[in-house]
Amino acid sequence: MSPRRPAIDVADLTVAYRDEPVLWDVDLRVPEGVLMAIVGPNGAGKTTLIKSILGLLPMAAGRVEVLGAPLADRRRDVAYVPQRGSVDWDFPTSVLDVVLMGTYGRLGWIRRPGAEERARASEALEQVGMADFADRQIAQLSGGQQQRVFLARALVQDAAVYLMDEPFQGVDATTERAIVTLLQRLREEGKTVLVVHHDLQTVPEYFDWVLLLNVRRIAAGPVDEVFTDANLRAAYGGRVPFQAGGPSAADPARLGPVAEGAPLRAS
Amino acid sequence: MIELDYTLRTVALGAAVLGLSSGSLGAFAVLRGQSLLGDAISHAALPGVALAFLLTASKAPLVLVVGAGLAGWVGTLCVSAVVERSRVPYDAALGIVLSVFFGLGMVLLTYIQSQPDASQAGLDTFLFGQAAALVGRDVVTMAVLGAVALVAMLVFWKEFKLLLFDPDFAASQGLPVRALDVGLTTLLVIAIVIGLQTVGVVLMSALIVAPAAAARQWTDRLWGVVALAGLFGALSGASGALLSATGARVPTGPTIVLVATFVVGVSLLLAPRRGLVAAWARGIRNRRVLRVAGTLEDLYTLALAHEDVHYPHPAATLQTMTARPEAVGPTLDRLQRQGLVEPRDDAWALTARGLAEARRLARTRADEHDPARLGAEATGRRRQPGEPDR
Repeated sequence: MSPRRPAIDVADLTVAYRDEPVLWDVDLRVPEGVLMAIVGPNGAGKTTLIKSILGLLPMAAGRVEVLGAPLADRRRDVAYVPQRGSVDWDFPTSVLDVVLMGTYGRLGWIRRPGAEERARASEALEQVGMADFADRQIAQLSGGQQQRVFLARALVQDAAVYLMDEPFQGVDATTERAIVTLLQRLREEGKTVLVVHHDLQTVPEYFDWVLLLNVRRIAAGPVDEVFTDANLRAAYGGRVPFQAGGPSAADPARLGPVAEGAPLRAS
Repeated sequence: MIELDYTLRTVALGAAVLGLSSGSLGAFAVLRGQSLLGDAISHAALPGVALAFLLTASKAPLVLVVGAGLAGWVGTLCVSAVVERSRVPYDAALGIVLSVFFGLGMVLLTYIQSQPDASQAGLDTFLFGQAAALVGRDVVTMAVLGAVALVAMLVFWKEFKLLLFDPDFAASQGLPVRALDVGLTTLLVIAIVIGLQTVGVVLMSALIVAPAAAARQWTDRLWGVVALAGLFGALSGASGALLSATGARVPTGPTIVLVATFVVGVSLLLAPRRGLVAAWARGIRNRRVLRVAGTLEDLYTLALAHEDVHYPHPAATLQTMTARPEAVGPTLDRLQRQGLVEPRDDAWALTARGLAEARRLARTRADEHDPARLGAEATGRRRQPGEPDR
């Protein structure tokens, strides 16, 4: 592990919505080949951070670099899995068609996806266990299947950096295991994966890095160094829904995702 | 078949061209949730028509169409400006732009008509449309504009599709979503101005929305929706224009819109999977399946009280066990046809197959009521936060 250029380098990032800061002076350096969870309470700016790295939101201040260059030069190296609820699943299109959308960036203008793109899309569907669903209308999919289709679309982008917004949202246990396996394989291939995550319980098991966020950066680094009670308290303001260490961590009553009585939608 | 004279042919052809372009391009607007943008654009086009005439003193279709298009375009810019610079929501911004521009158009139109110059006559057909006034050069203008818009749609098909389905993902791949958005709106403006003279500003938006709404009922593919919407639009346009031109003196716009609405009504009712009739039939089938299962289980419950599980029971006993006693007779007939029950001594008994089926149903039901089976492993589904602990 020699010193390398960071996969993602965010400096002084500030994003405001109607004069209200959503992200405030955030610095983040993520080395290559890391599988990182982004956690924090509702409204902490997790989705905003991902969208800002992708250049989808105007920044009030700050700088974002991907693989040592401005984002504009690195579009082809970044894949994106948006929140499942951000699109209309009644849109008239098929599963294969959605996955093919991941090839559009590389195809450039006017060119249509051909046999090669179709083969790659089928392969990606195979990797997420959805090969039999290629011709399905997307409205007929369950939540977990929709999530797998979005993952397949990111896979055909064949990127170096993957940004995923709540890929575990509303999926069944089988799909969750399948996704985790996939994410860990991506990391083994040297890819960098950032995942907005809600279930603090599974952070140490699934991820090797973590960012604790609450408008400001609370802490970021390897899970065993920064995923501490003190940092969690700082991020969640005392109402920590989970304890990182100590005997109560194994308390079975704490099983299950973070419940705060509010819907799990980041701002 | 009726022999069509030249005028009627021109009218039908023109209306078909406008229906084709507004239907297929309208599909994009409808799928984006921008159905009402078409209404704002068409109303906003009216002052453009009047100004174009005032400035050029010409009624050439191309001149008026350019005026209408520019005004419609300015209208959409105003909608965007209101939404971006204030906290007025999108639908309210549409309403504001629509009424302000339409009001301005009416003022200008009234002013023009008060002028002594005789050449002004006929501009008011832009309100409700008049297909009878269509001549050959109008149709050529419409066809050229429509062809340009349709070719642009096909050339940028995959970019537009991605913009429609997932604009954030499109932007993340570096597509210029803002420019694509402007392009798509421009195509919508073109589709609308093509139809203004024939259908009129008041009802033009119906030809944007109705064909797409009907087409969506029949197909689950984007190209299918666009092609069918174009077809429905062309059919509605041609038949509506012919009806209005041949029959009583009804204005063309409303007639075309009524035909298009009829197509929507038929599609909402009769489409194979999304249609109301299909949903209704599914409901009946499901209820029947439930009744058959329910009666079989009732018979099994009764039989369990006897030594002989094939002990017959009269239909009247079964009728006391259900909320719809009148359905028990037909349900028993159905069960008999399936070989699950047989009549014996004026009563009904389970057959061997019926008994097996009833036991299977009872087992399934027991599983559903067993709380241990509701865990994450059994259902393959993790309980969501906030979901009640059942």
